[in-house]
Amino acid sequence: MTADKQPLLDVRGLGIFFRTEAGEVQATRDVSFQLRPGERLGIVGESGCGKTVTGLSILGLLPRAQSRVEGQVLFEGRDLLTLSPRQLRAVRGRRISMIFQEPMSALDPVFTIGQQIGETLRAHRGIGKKEARERAVEALAQVGIPLPSRRVDEYPHQLSGGMRQRAMIAIALVCEPQILIADEPTTALDVTIQAQIIDLLFDLSARTGTALLFITHDLGVIAETCTRMLTMYAGEVVEDSPVDAALERPRHPYTSGLLRSIPRLSKRKTVLPSIAGRVPSPADMPTGCRFRARCVHGLAECEARQDLLDVSLDRRARCMRQAELTLPGAIA
Amino acid sequence: MTSIVEAKDLRVHFSTSGGAETVKAVDGVSFAMNRGETFGVIGESGSGKSTLGRAVVCLLKPTAGAIRLDDADPYALSGAAFRKNRRDYQIVFQDPNAALNPRMRIRDSVREPLDILGEGTRAERNARAVAVLDRVGLRAEFAERYPHELSGGQKQRVNIARVLTLRPKLVVCDEVVAALDVSIQADMLNLFADLQREFGLTYLFITHDLGVVSHISDRVAVMYLGKFMEMGGADDIAERPLHPYTEALLSAEPVPLPSHLRSGQRIVLQGEIPSPISPPSGCRFRTRCPFAEDICASSEPEWRELEPGRYVACHFAGQVTKGRKS
Repeated sequence: MTADKQPLLDVRGLGIFFRTEAGEVQATRDVSFQLRPGERLGIVGESGCGKTVTGLSILGLLPRAQSRVEGQVLFEGRDLLTLSPRQLRAVRGRRISMIFQEPMSALDPVFTIGQQIGETLRAHRGIGKKEARERAVEALAQVGIPLPSRRVDEYPHQLSGGMRQRAMIAIALVCEPQILIADEPTTALDVTIQAQIIDLLFDLSARTGTALLFITHDLGVIAETCTRMLTMYAGEVVEDSPVDAALERPRHPYTSGLLRSIPRLSKRKTVLPSIAGRVPSPADMPTGCRFRARCVHGLAECEARQDLLDVSLDRRARCMRQAELTLPGAIA
Repeated sequence: MTSIVEAKDLRVHFSTSGGAETVKAVDGVSFAMNRGETFGVIGESGSGKSTLGRAVVCLLKPTAGAIRLDDADPYALSGAAFRKNRRDYQIVFQDPNAALNPRMRIRDSVREPLDILGEGTRAERNARAVAVLDRVGLRAEFAERYPHELSGGQKQRVNIARVLTLRPKLVVCDEVVAALDVSIQADMLNLFADLQREFGLTYLFITHDLGVVSHISDRVAVMYLGKFMEMGGADDIAERPLHPYTEALLSAEPVPLPSHLRSGQRIVLQGEIPSPISPPSGCRFRTRCPFAEDICASSEPEWRELEPGRYVACHFAGQVTKGRKS
């Protein structure tokens, strides 16, 4: 859709390594993708596929002593991976913000919501206390918190889960960043509150042009929120595609398997098509196609390393059989 | 045939703040479960569905109203008989980690209910534990392991095995697949269906996931703030909700379909579930209901059978809902 626009964020060959007692293990390998202005990109995959660490690495939030990151994260002409901590702080919260699954552990319990929004503003915009408070009230109103001038002086424990997530979003968006990274922002919420938060993120992104990087395991959330989706499996990108195209006809057997195992897409009381086996551990990664052991379409050739192949101008899949297989999507 | 579970105006209240306030977690629920069926209960957090599940297996004593299991009052039994009776009605919880002792081997955890029962020799009980583990898809080698050596899905299989050792009639499944990835979740739901066929189990399936509940259940009840709003056949509820809350819940669920197959008209409920300490007057849902009128505040809607087998509590049941999207 926006293939002609310059990418806002260009992630190239991201490899994340962790030092463990048993030696260094690789959590992601050769993760490459682009995020364009105003785009909403979803990253989907099961636990342990590398979604969260990919999000954290963009902002340099992985523990430095225990991890090593190779590759490039290009943003506004700079490689974020080469920035000093001080330079990174100028990016975080101002140009790129991040929100997390559990707002209670991301908010500071001893400061009011207003103080926490104000902290971001004062750090990046250098404005005074009084003005910061006024801007905080506006920010809370913008994310749909009722009685913002009262809520601004409340502490996180006085807010419900949905309201805390709104407050997190207010903090993240108060400096009008180019990119918002949202890591499972609705997973801990009820479905009715989730619908409110999804609508809010969607509207804010459409209104301000903030690009979204939406990390979730829920393909329904991706379908309703995002324009593109990236399927990750065992630390690799296995499919990169516009959302509708991937839902209609996935090009990687893993994307297809994830879709088919969703209960609501099967007839009631029938056997659900599941994906046998489980994600391999980073310490014991198979060579060749990493999904081979769980794939029903595997051939002897799949033991060779698989590259991310072009399906069309705006789609890629890491499967040598992507052109010949007709895989079931959301509609079997 | 009589029902396996029958609840009549069941209430479970908790007192807080030193008795000054009362949380009405379950506040007048009536239903009957048929033998061999899967009865799904959906609702948001705070709706009282877990409390209801615990009351059914006698982990919580009703404050008022009655629960009958196999047409008998379990609380009429004395100590030993009460405990023996309870073996037939088991519960599996959401968090597979919290339910297992980290210092016990899997086999010992699964054998423990049999040890308490004191049936057969230790070797026989061990053999039975291993056989049940095998039935839920865990090979004999898992029996020697500790919980931390298992994945979330495997641990949940162990919890099911523990319950099965007692050959229960009814199993309450409280958010048993909520913590699992979707492909593992599909495996577990298939396992639950297999076990039901094999052992003739009855399930009370509690979940917040509408996709899961519609897939596995024969009948579904929709719970809000301690009361049922609607109850009926799973397909009927999903395709033709009669209560505005059911319709809003169904509409809020994100659908993994391409955009041209989604209607895009989502009902987004305003606000959040009110406190169960002081629920709204009249209809409890009225503060978030897009169709609420004066009567909804002044009079509580009656729980009535609008169509055969379809119960609903709403003054305007069936008149304001339009049927589901997509």
